[in-house]
Amino acid sequence: MSRFRCDSCDYVYDEATGDPREGFPPGTVWSDVPDDWPCPDCGVREKIDFVEE
Amino acid sequence: MEWTDHKRYLWLFGLIVPLFPFMGGGLATLTGWSVFWFIGPILILGLIPAIDLLAGIDRSNPPDDLIAALEAAKYYRWITYLFLPLQYLALVWACWLWAGDTLSVVDKVGLALTVGTVAGVGINTAHELGHKKEKVERWLAKIALAQSFYGHFYIEHNRGHHVRVATPVDPASSRVGESVYAFLPRTVVGSLQSAWRLEQPRFKRRDESHWSIRNDVLNAWLMSAVLWAVLLLVFGLGILPYLLLQAAVGIVLLEIVNYLEHYGMLRRKEHTGRWERVRPSHSWNSNNIATNVLLYHLQRHSDHHANPTRRYQALRDVEEAPVLPTGYAGMILLALFPPLWYRTMDPRVLAHFDGDMSRANIQPRKRDKVLAKYPVPETA
Repeated sequence: MSRFRCDSCDYVYDEATGDPREGFPPGTVWSDVPDDWPCPDCGVREKIDFVEE
Repeated sequence: MEWTDHKRYLWLFGLIVPLFPFMGGGLATLTGWSVFWFIGPILILGLIPAIDLLAGIDRSNPPDDLIAALEAAKYYRWITYLFLPLQYLALVWACWLWAGDTLSVVDKVGLALTVGTVAGVGINTAHELGHKKEKVERWLAKIALAQSFYGHFYIEHNRGHHVRVATPVDPASSRVGESVYAFLPRTVVGSLQSAWRLEQPRFKRRDESHWSIRNDVLNAWLMSAVLWAVLLLVFGLGILPYLLLQAAVGIVLLEIVNYLEHYGMLRRKEHTGRWERVRPSHSWNSNNIATNVLLYHLQRHSDHHANPTRRYQALRDVEEAPVLPTGYAGMILLALFPPLWYRTMDPRVLAHFDGDMSRANIQPRKRDKVLAKYPVPETA
């Protein structure tokens, strides 16, 4: 399981925990997250801008 | 490193705003001049723009290596939390006065405008709280918005406006040639539609209905409905016109501020079809200290859009940001007179885009007229 970080606000998407509020249950892999999904905390960056940790 | 935050105690001035109704009532009683019930609009449109010009500019920034410590200091966030009990104390007191017969109808209208001023600045407090990662602050944001029935702002602003700022598709970014009177219905209706749509995908992904208490638009509205129902039950239906008026004033005040913040700014579209990353140059700034202290540095708007989760006390002045001629209070006044607004702001937009107005966000139906007035330079 990988982790991906917003390079603007340091929000981390962890595949293991997903983000249930955003509709991604635990275990949702990064490739299943839509490309235009914006960072839920800052809205400045989108999925394709995230960096793998 | 030695550095003292000289604004540390000035931030307490922000707590004067929810006290406006009490100040107005006190002064009206002391002097016998009932005009003081209108103290909210008098201060926002009269005295504060003047104080802003006299108090001048503050461009000081905290050193980069102290920003984390400054953000961690709890003192600053408690000031924003304290706004809420004062805000609601003022609202309840006003409801009691609206329900009673000690005030004339004109005084009651004045009080509603003053309470509406508090509601509008309360949306600014909600704005500061709603951007934070802490759950409790996000809830406090929704509570602060309940008074003005504008709870969907929490979703639209964070998930809509911040993503699409300074693009033609953002209802909350104003355009060259667009008066504040054309902007208001567009932003109010557009923001409402946007908030409702923004909440849906996260439910759809899990095959759930968005008609849920977990829908942040619905639970915020429910909070307002409960608050208003309780106030109407306790104080009677007679307060409804004043309750509606104060909410409308709060919403209009907030949306006029939205009008000022990105007027004409436009991000370039990249060849991939994405909008370029939000930069400090996409928001208007003001370093007028008086209004900055009253609005928790909202006017350091460029750094806010570049770093939306950053706490107010740590927001910095940024060199590349375009600068408004005065603070928000004075700019609100100017916006109410579109010809004066255009004369003041359009040349500044033009200068910001190095003399090429075609790079600005222009009201589509005014595009030919605007470009006829500011022709595209031949070398461009």
